[in-house]
Amino acid sequence: MKQKIFFLSLLLTSTFFPNKKLIAQEYFTKNGSISFFSKASLENISADNNQVISLLNTQSGTLRFYLLVNAFHFSKAMMEEHFNSDYMESDKYPSASFKGVIDNIVSIDAGKDATYQVTVTGTLEIHGVSKGVTTAGTVTVKAGIISATSVFKIQLKDYNIKIPSIVVNNIAEEIEVTLNCRYQKRTSN
Amino acid sequence: MHIAKMVLLSIMLLLFKVLIAQDSANLMMQLQKEVVRNETVYTTATFRSTRIINGHSVETLPAHVLDLRISHRFGLVSDGIYNFFGLDNATMRLGFDYGITNNVMVGVGHSTYQKTYDAFVKTRLLRQSTGKKNMPLSVTFVTSAAINSLRPAEFLAKPDSGVEIERSSYVLQLLITRKFSEKLSLQLMPTFIHADNVSFTHLHHNIVAFGIGGRHRISKRMSVNAEYYYQLPELKADGAHNVLSVGIDIGTGGHVFQLHFTNSIGLVERSFITETTGRWDHSDVLFGFNISRVFQLKKKH
Repeated sequence: MKQKIFFLSLLLTSTFFPNKKLIAQEYFTKNGSISFFSKASLENISADNNQVISLLNTQSGTLRFYLLVNAFHFSKAMMEEHFNSDYMESDKYPSASFKGVIDNIVSIDAGKDATYQVTVTGTLEIHGVSKGVTTAGTVTVKAGIISATSVFKIQLKDYNIKIPSIVVNNIAEEIEVTLNCRYQKRTSN
Repeated sequence: MHIAKMVLLSIMLLLFKVLIAQDSANLMMQLQKEVVRNETVYTTATFRSTRIINGHSVETLPAHVLDLRISHRFGLVSDGIYNFFGLDNATMRLGFDYGITNNVMVGVGHSTYQKTYDAFVKTRLLRQSTGKKNMPLSVTFVTSAAINSLRPAEFLAKPDSGVEIERSSYVLQLLITRKFSEKLSLQLMPTFIHADNVSFTHLHHNIVAFGIGGRHRISKRMSVNAEYYYQLPELKADGAHNVLSVGIDIGTGGHVFQLHFTNSIGLVERSFITETTGRWDHSDVLFGFNISRVFQLKKKH
């Protein structure tokens, strides 16, 4: 009976009070960077977004990314406008996101310098289209700071982004995406 | 007893997992909300180009962007096959526009119609936005001047003719616009025109007109545009008619092609707002096009 009460109280506390240990395993960033590169015969196009939100749980391996499409910046202003209005339709689909889990590493020890080669599986949502993806990346722990990088490719047609024939030599079918996030520990709030 | 313990333990473990997931979902939501709250999203692409058809749209060029504009207005479609439905007669304007900052642009041009030179400055005053700063409308102010360089008739050109030849006109215009949806943008254009020279289409030096224009996107790269300027009847000359234009925009990245039908051959504000002699109800309609090609002269980074 005593044991039952003990477990019950444990259950209740874990339900109603955020567990300190759980929070301590969460890392986040509000200024992660994602850039993309399109290599076509007539021109190379690149754009950067430095306001990426990301969340990493070192214990469970869950990984999330979220960005606003209109925060991608181009060197040519008109290109930025057309990216939003003609290709990404950012009025209709303002954000892109990823929700997944690191599936080859049990846990990341933030207290020890190390480099983890990770594979991540999850759902990538771009232009209103969700698609299951698996990609490789690197998680680095150095002096208690966790950072993540990855380079992967996406096919525009997978996300229903159409390239009109007139600019087929200006925009690549396959876009290279580079991700770079430096996380900070979530302090309890 | 043992079974009860096991059940309890597994329930707890499950709850832990759910909690982890819930907690990170909550934090994600919280961060996303923060971003949306702290960010002002400015409405872009209200119009495809800096002109609706003849007149200005609320758009300005971004900083360091040069826009080369070539506009043609042909003869009356009703001229028929002899004049190739008007295409045998063309008037044109060649113009260069440039974005000084993201909110201020300037432009110069030359029209064959009355050999007119024109220049304008266009400034964004308000910009439609949502998020941290909520603004329902965009407002842009345009001021322009035009001067015709026609040679005067010989008897007027004599120094003792006693006639002073006036050539200049000035326009002040407020463009008040709302992009209602991805597809629909509407614009109002209260306009004041001062002309030094008066003519049978322009009896008063000062004329007030109200314009209304808009665009409706029919695909990602195409839209139907329309534009109408209403001159106050007490100031409008009998020989002048209000200008109505309808057309389509086709955007292909760096180029915008604007193809339209209008009752005006003039290409500067003074010409098309107050000197239009054609009437749609008399089939005085002509075909025209604008081609815009933009160049980024200085990269942003």
